[in-house]
Amino acid sequence: MMRGMRHLSLVAALSALCLVSGGGLSAQSQPQRPTERLEVPPPPFSEGIFPCSACHASMKVNRTRRPLAEMHTDIVLTHDADHRWCLDCHDAENRDMLHLASGERLSFDESYRLCGQCHGEKYRDWRAGVHGRRTGDWNGHKAYLLCANCHNPHQPHFKPIEPKPAPVRPSGPAK
Amino acid sequence: MDRPLPEGTPVPARDAAVGPASSRLSRREFASCAAAAAGLLMTACGPKRLLEFPKERLNSRLRDLEREYSRKFATAVTVADTPPMPNVLFAYALDISRCIGCRRCVYACVDENNQSRDPQVHWIRVLQMDKDRGVDFTHADPYYQPKEVPEENHFYVPTACQQCRNAPCTKVCPTGATWTDPDGIVVIDYDWCIGCRYCMAACPYGARHFNWGEPTIPAGKLNPKTHILGNRPRPKGVVEKCTFCIQRTRNGRYPACLEACPVGARKFGNLLDPESEIRYIIEHKRVLVLKEDLNTMPKFFYFYAT
Repeated sequence: MMRGMRHLSLVAALSALCLVSGGGLSAQSQPQRPTERLEVPPPPFSEGIFPCSACHASMKVNRTRRPLAEMHTDIVLTHDADHRWCLDCHDAENRDMLHLASGERLSFDESYRLCGQCHGEKYRDWRAGVHGRRTGDWNGHKAYLLCANCHNPHQPHFKPIEPKPAPVRPSGPAK
Repeated sequence: MDRPLPEGTPVPARDAAVGPASSRLSRREFASCAAAAAGLLMTACGPKRLLEFPKERLNSRLRDLEREYSRKFATAVTVADTPPMPNVLFAYALDISRCIGCRRCVYACVDENNQSRDPQVHWIRVLQMDKDRGVDFTHADPYYQPKEVPEENHFYVPTACQQCRNAPCTKVCPTGATWTDPDGIVVIDYDWCIGCRYCMAACPYGARHFNWGEPTIPAGKLNPKTHILGNRPRPKGVVEKCTFCIQRTRNGRYPACLEACPVGARKFGNLLDPESEIRYIIEHKRVLVLKEDLNTMPKFFYFYAT
């Protein structure tokens, strides 16, 4: 174990030396797994609502937290509503985008990164194909779904659904 | 034989021709030798199990079946014999913490695998269990029918063939009609199944189902892409069960139940591929198998992702 550790540190030191002497190689040349873009289906926008800028471009930004009375009254926020509201996820400057906590803007088809900020464990599982449904080939092309394809981002909890019919009970011999 | 013949009875020519040597071979010995020879002849030249079919005979059998089914169901049916892929061992995983018991998988399986609608055959059975009791088969209810699922204080365990590595069902089959293929799928040759149902008695998971009556599939509901060891239409009197959708998975696709699951609780992949979803689950999640104490070693795992 100890020898292995020493080996590792030696390798690390050597590679660091190489990096310094090479100069050009930066950490960015390595694939950035957590931010790598994935092929996803289009986000499930409500009909006639996107692009948001169609209305919002001509409106003044009001950052005050308030119940929405004129528009979007159909949106009921049950997603940690005590600590969150619209502009925590939706970008105020560019209404057709979302933004991360860092302020980095991202499009709706990359929204999984936004969800992954809080739900890191689920995000990791989803990337590994363990959270959420995959379709396609087990050994080839797999189709992902966006978080929002299954979870309504404003009310993420699954609604109960009607089950398909129960199997028929076996009947005994005719009497 | 040695009874003295009455005086004047003509001696049969047969005895005269064979001579003194025939006295050493009794009738019983002759009969058993003849039976053994006939048996050998029948085995060598008679019908063979699919496993041992020469390729050209198998092909002609497949084409015969295709013609038969196409005529019966009035649609172009294909019967494939896709072999196992090398370096593949299939396994399944099901997330008990996600399953809501909606039975979408049950009916997706019926449609994909051409199960009989009447009498009803379901390869997947969803068991509703009490959270207080845990996984407890004696109190499990497969007939739950509330308005909405999931129900309070219950969880759901869908069961189907567990594709055991140490499969009790294949050991008891008297005709060798069921065996484990190299990719881990336990298959049944419906041509060799005699319907004795020993395998059903041996299976501790209730995963095998018998066609008590002539299977019925409504017109236009037949899935015409079939596999000889899987979803091809079955005759009355044979046993059938889940084959991990052999007709799909041997061509690289996911099983039908997995794609039907609305909560993404079902996972499938290659156990021998360290990058597969199944390996990720086994290495990172809490995993269990049903009736572990029976040493059946299922390749169907249940896990908790949360």
